[in-house]
Formats: sequence, C-alpha cells, structure tokens
Amino acid sequence: MTLTELANPSRFLALAGRILPWLVAATALVLLIGLYQSATAPDDYQQGATVKIMFIHVPNAWLSMFVWGVMSVAALGTLVWRHPLADVAQKAAAPIGAAFTFLALVTGSLWGRPMWGTYWQWDARLTSVLILFLMYLGLMALWRAVDDPSRAARAAAVLTLVGAINIPIIKFSVDWWNTLHQPASVFRMGGSTLDRAFLIPLLVMAVGFTLLFLTLHIAAMRNEILRRRVRTLQMLQASTSAV
Amino acid sequence: MSLGPYATFIVTSYALVTAVVAALIVWVIVDYRRQKARLHDLEASGVVRRSGRSAVDAS
Repeated sequence: MTLTELANPSRFLALAGRILPWLVAATALVLLIGLYQSATAPDDYQQGATVKIMFIHVPNAWLSMFVWGVMSVAALGTLVWRHPLADVAQKAAAPIGAAFTFLALVTGSLWGRPMWGTYWQWDARLTSVLILFLMYLGLMALWRAVDDPSRAARAAAVLTLVGAINIPIIKFSVDWWNTLHQPASVFRMGGSTLDRAFLIPLLVMAVGFTLLFLTLHIAAMRNEILRRRVRTLQMLQASTSAV
Repeated sequence: MSLGPYATFIVTSYALVTAVVAALIVWVIVDYRRQKARLHDLEASGVVRRSGRSAVDAS
C-alpha cells in the first residue's frame, strides 16, 4: 500500500480498524514488561529509589518532543503536499503531546524536589519544556477558534513549524546553558552513561510509551475523520433543509 | 519493595501518569462512540454522503 493510497480517509479507517487491536495488545505487553523491570530495578547509589521516577519521566520527556516532530512533518504535509490526512494527524496529535509534556513537567518536578531540593527552577531546560507545553495548549486553542478545518489546519501548520525551533533548544539547552537539569545521559557522544540495570527498563518503557502514542494517535485520527464526516453531513442537512 | 524516604514522590508520579494515560484512553473511546452515534443519527434522519456509502463504515 503506497502513501497516496493510505491518504484516502476510508482506507485509513479500514487499516486503523485492523491494526488497532494489535497495537493495543503490543502496547499493554511492552508497558507491563517495562513496569515490572522498573519495579525490580535496583536503587541508585546516590538517588536511592527515586531513580524509579526516571522510567516514566524520561519517556514522557522524549515523547513531548517526538510528538511535536510528528506534528511538524504533518504540518509540511498540510502546507506543501496538501495531504488529506496531514491536518487530521496534526490535530489528533496535539492533545496527546500536551498530556506527555504535562507529565514530563510534573514527574520532573516530583523528582526534582527530593534530588535538587526544589520543585521548580527557571533554568533553560525546564523553561523551554514549559514553553513547549504552552505551545501545545495554544495550538489546541487555535483549532477550536477557527470553524473551517482547512483554514485552521494552515494556521496550525505555520504555528507548528515556527514552534519546531524550540525542539533543538530543549534538546541542547543543557549543553548551551548552565542548567540545574543534568546533561544527556542516554543519547550522547561516547554512549550512554547509564548502567544496564537502569538503561534496559528505561528503553523498554520508552518503546512502550511510543507504542502508546502510536495507538492513541491512530485512534484519535479515526475520531477526527468521523468528526469531519459529521460536520459534512450536518452542512448537507442544513443546505437541504434551507432549499 | 522498599521505596525509602521519598516513597510519596515516587507513588505520586506513577499514580499521576496512570491517571493521565487512563484519561487519554477514555477520551479516545468516548469520542469514537460519540462520533459514531452522531453519524448514525444523521444517516437515520436521511442524510447520506454524496458517494451514497455509509459514513460510519470504513469503506
């Protein structure tokens, strides 16, 4: 099946119906394995058991940026190729990305209090992630503010691409500025600094949360296609009753 | 499994993630059912797509 064929909403609905049960099962399985490994991981010699917060904080933080990346590709699809599913993908991803960003902020805060002695610090990493969260909310508000989905899609696509500038700022903030937040310890030059006892549960949880995003995103895209069909039929109903 | 002196922070973190993920799952399920019900209602009132195919069905 080519990308052009998949761009047909009816074909996408049929495909979503077939793959969603498998994705749900895979997500549940990987997350259960990840949770078991997180629960049985040893305490860190400095952080003690609070290291367990890392297994949920880091996947959410990664996904907060990954989802914006997905939305940026979809925004290009809207503006450049006018792909029929691009703005559907973009709109459906925003609330999920906002939820992951919210969780990254709050779990980071709950991890920071015992480790740093504070819930919040206006350092470059924390502030740039807060800006990302506010941008997600702004994007969701924009979708709600404009009635016509195609007009809203173009405005949202421009905002998404402008907001994408924040992603490298978040990623490299710990290198460019002196921050309370620790520098990268998994994806870095010279390899991960994490011991395998922590790295494996972390990667399993990251795969599990990525599958969760994929599942929720496809389900939310299906809902958005149906919502647009409702809108089309309502307009058709209004036009026929007006004649 | 002992969570040490900071158990509250760990348990709160996991509980919060569980709650938000559960809310997302409920949101997509409820929204799906709502859109399908609205489409059924519209089709039952005689409004059909230009193609003539059902808007609820996948194809």
